[in-house]
Formats: sequence, structure tokens, C-alpha cells
Amino acid sequence: MDIYKLIEWVVKIGIVFLIFMHALAYIVLLERRLLGFIQMRLGPNRVGPFGLLQPLADGIKFFFKEEIIPRDADRTLYIIAPVVALVPALTTIAVIPFGDTVNLFGRQIELSITRVDISMLVILALTSMGVYGIVLAGWSSNNKYSLMGGLRSSAQMISYELSLSLAIVGVVIFSGSLDLVQIAKEQMGTWGGIIPKWNIFTQPIGFTLFLISVIAETNRVPFDLPEAETELVAGFHTEYSSMKFAIFFIAEYANMVTASAMATLLFLGGWHGPYVEKFPLLGPVYFTMKILFFLVLYIWLRGTLPRFRYDQLMKFGWKFMIPVALANVVLVAALALFLY
Amino acid sequence: MIFFLQEQIPLPNPPISSAPPVQVNAILTDINPIVNYLPILLLLIIAISFPVVALNISSFLRRTVFDQAKLSAYECGNDPVGDARERYSVRYYIIAMLFLIFDVETVFLFPWAIIYDQLAIFGLIEIFIFIGILIVGYYYAWRKGALEWV
Repeated sequence: MDIYKLIEWVVKIGIVFLIFMHALAYIVLLERRLLGFIQMRLGPNRVGPFGLLQPLADGIKFFFKEEIIPRDADRTLYIIAPVVALVPALTTIAVIPFGDTVNLFGRQIELSITRVDISMLVILALTSMGVYGIVLAGWSSNNKYSLMGGLRSSAQMISYELSLSLAIVGVVIFSGSLDLVQIAKEQMGTWGGIIPKWNIFTQPIGFTLFLISVIAETNRVPFDLPEAETELVAGFHTEYSSMKFAIFFIAEYANMVTASAMATLLFLGGWHGPYVEKFPLLGPVYFTMKILFFLVLYIWLRGTLPRFRYDQLMKFGWKFMIPVALANVVLVAALALFLY
Repeated sequence: MIFFLQEQIPLPNPPISSAPPVQVNAILTDINPIVNYLPILLLLIIAISFPVVALNISSFLRRTVFDQAKLSAYECGNDPVGDARERYSVRYYIIAMLFLIFDVETVFLFPWAIIYDQLAIFGLIEIFIFIGILIVGYYYAWRKGALEWV
């Protein structure tokens, strides 16, 4: 095999993985600071300038914390569960493109770890694996709160996965491909030099459906029923402590970033923006800015909205989201046929 | 369905000896797209080793002092009553079954969406029939109360 290709892959994996892990740590800090400002307090600002060393302090603390495995827990599953939750969340970044092909060091380098022609399906498959970690954690802890949290989470995630996939079908009809690079390239250019050709303008219903489903999929407010503090203590990770708890935490934030990246690529034109054709290295900058927009939206929602009741959540998912998503698919198909 | 009705054109026989020798590198990187999945495997290995290493380092560094109260299941400070291996609501099973039906249906929609521009009006009529049949089942489940959660 081409040895240079292999080196390129290893280098790209190394760089992207390191940036990704650091980004996760700082998203936690961003969330705590922003929530602080929303609630008219300062948030963590003592460790380092503006609290910038807080993630490091948290990490060290997680490593040194005492760990308790409950007596009645199923030990094997209890230890495996956080790993199962984290692995798919980290693996998804392999197929997310963050820029166009650029010339670096005399080579044509694609700005994604790898490019496969069904990258959308790879992401869908991996993100739906994440539910196993949560169910196993809930069941193996042998705690009633954990079990309830795990069950709720699995029912919620599979319910909203349907409307998520149906919202994506709408985009696939327009672009005719499951390749995220291709989907993003279809959204290049502008209408009349002002409005960018993003899918959000052609399919506002699809975008709304996608956004709601993706927030439910990542178990965030207002859909954070699995870890509802006021009734279930902490839901599926009630019994987890030390590094295992940290791994669940990392997995949740990794899923948030993946979801934001998906929303960006499918509906906000991916890495496209002004002057990106002339300077392809601007692509990752625009991509990061758009992801950051979605992350701030997540945090804003958490600071603003109350939590759903569980029957409201299921009713909303099955009686509103799915019919609307099916109608959206038919509508988009009809529009695609008669307008193009 | 249209594709099955079309006449099959036999492919011409490939030339046996006149083709120029193809480089092995070209076959592996350009022609065979399965090679592009290799980085996913590499990242999977890293993703598995990261939590494993972190958990092991943590187990060397931390201090553990056990007592019986700490090891019991957490129920807000009271002594735990029974354990969690009990029956739970039948609604979860119904949701799981409904999910299977609708998920298989979305899986069918993906290949249809990819070649929709070739299917054109045929694809539109077909999807009306497909979703129509599905809506009947959905309406039945709704009227039967399978979607209620009380």
C-alpha cells in the first residue's frame, strides 16, 4: 500500500483527535461560564486567567477521585458500559469533513480523516450505538434510579432517531448522495450574491425537525429526562464516580459536537463561506464557527427552558414529529420533482 | 422496479493481454474504496484504548476506603429496599416494536432518496403508495392506544 497515504492518515488522526479532546474540555468550561452569565453569576474563573485552566484541574481531580462499584452491581457490564458509550462517540469524527481538498507539503490533502461514500450512514450507525452504553450502565448498576434513567433514555433515543433519519432523507433527496463532502458541496455558492445556497433555506421544516431530534438524541435540555436531577438523582450514571463518570461526560459532549457538525454539514453549508474558494484553509475556520453557534444554542436552551414531562416527550415524538417528518419527505420529494 | 424491466445489455469481454499493467498502489488506493475505511478502524482502536488507559491510570492513582454503607445502592441515604431487578412498564416493549417497524421503513427510504432524480415521477407515486400503506398501520397503532403513555 501507498506508505505516504498511511502516514497522512496517522498524522490526520493524531491532529484531529487531539484537537477534538481539547475542544471537549473547553466546551465544558464554555458551558459553565455561559450558564453562569445567564444566571447572573460569574462561573468558574479562579483557576488560571478567566478560569482557562479549569478543565485541567477537573481532569486531575477525576483521576484522583475514589471509585465505588456497588456491591450488587454486575461488575463486568458496569465497567464496560462507559467504554461502550464513549467509543462510538469518538469514532464518528473519522468521517466528518471540515474543509475542501487543499495543497499542503506538495500533496493533495482532503480535510477529513477519511472520505467514504456513505459517511452519513456511518455516522447514523455509530451514533445509534451510543444507546447501548447508557442502557448497560442503567441496568448493571442495579439501582432503581439508574434503571429508570436507562430505560427512559433508550425509549427516547429510539423514538427520536426515526424523525432524525426522516429529516436527513429530505436532504439526501436534494443532493442525491450520502457522502457528506458531496452534500456540503451541493450547498456552495449564493442566490443573487447575498443568500447562501444552504439547505436551511430550502427545507426549513427539515431543519427544525433535525434540530429537535438531535437535541433529544443527545439527551440535552429540554429532553434531558434520562438524567432528570429532581426525580432520578442523575439517571443512568447515579452510581458512577471518578474516571468512569468523566467518560460518560466526555461521551455526552462528543455527541453534542458530532450532532452540531452534522447539522452544519447538512443544513448550514458545511465549511462554505465568503472567499473559501480562493483560500481553502478558511474552510475549517467557518466550520468551527458554525459548530460553535450550535453549541452556544445548546447551552442557551439549557439555561432557558424547563424539562418536559415524560408522557409529553413520548407524545410529542410519536404523535407530532413522525407524521410531520413523513409529510416533509413527501413534500420535499414533490418540490424536488416540480422545481428542478 | 423500472430497472428490472429494462433490457439487459451484455458487457463486452475484457481484453486479455493487451491491457497495460496496472500498478498495485493504484488498485489499493484508487480503485478499491474499502481501503478508505481503514482510518475508521485505526480511530476505533485509539477510541477504545483511550478510556481503557485512562481507567487504568486512575486505578493506580486513587485511594479506596470501602465500607458497607458506601457499597450499597444509592437511594437518597435510606437503606435500599429490594433491588432493581423488577418488572417495568410494558410500554417500553411496545415502543421498541414500533421503532423496529418504522426504522426498517426509513432504511428503505435512503436508497430511494439517492436515486430519486432518476426515478422522477415514478419515484413520487411509489413513495405515495409506500407511505400510504405505512400511514394505515400508524393510524391503527394510534387508535389502539399504542402511542399513549399514561
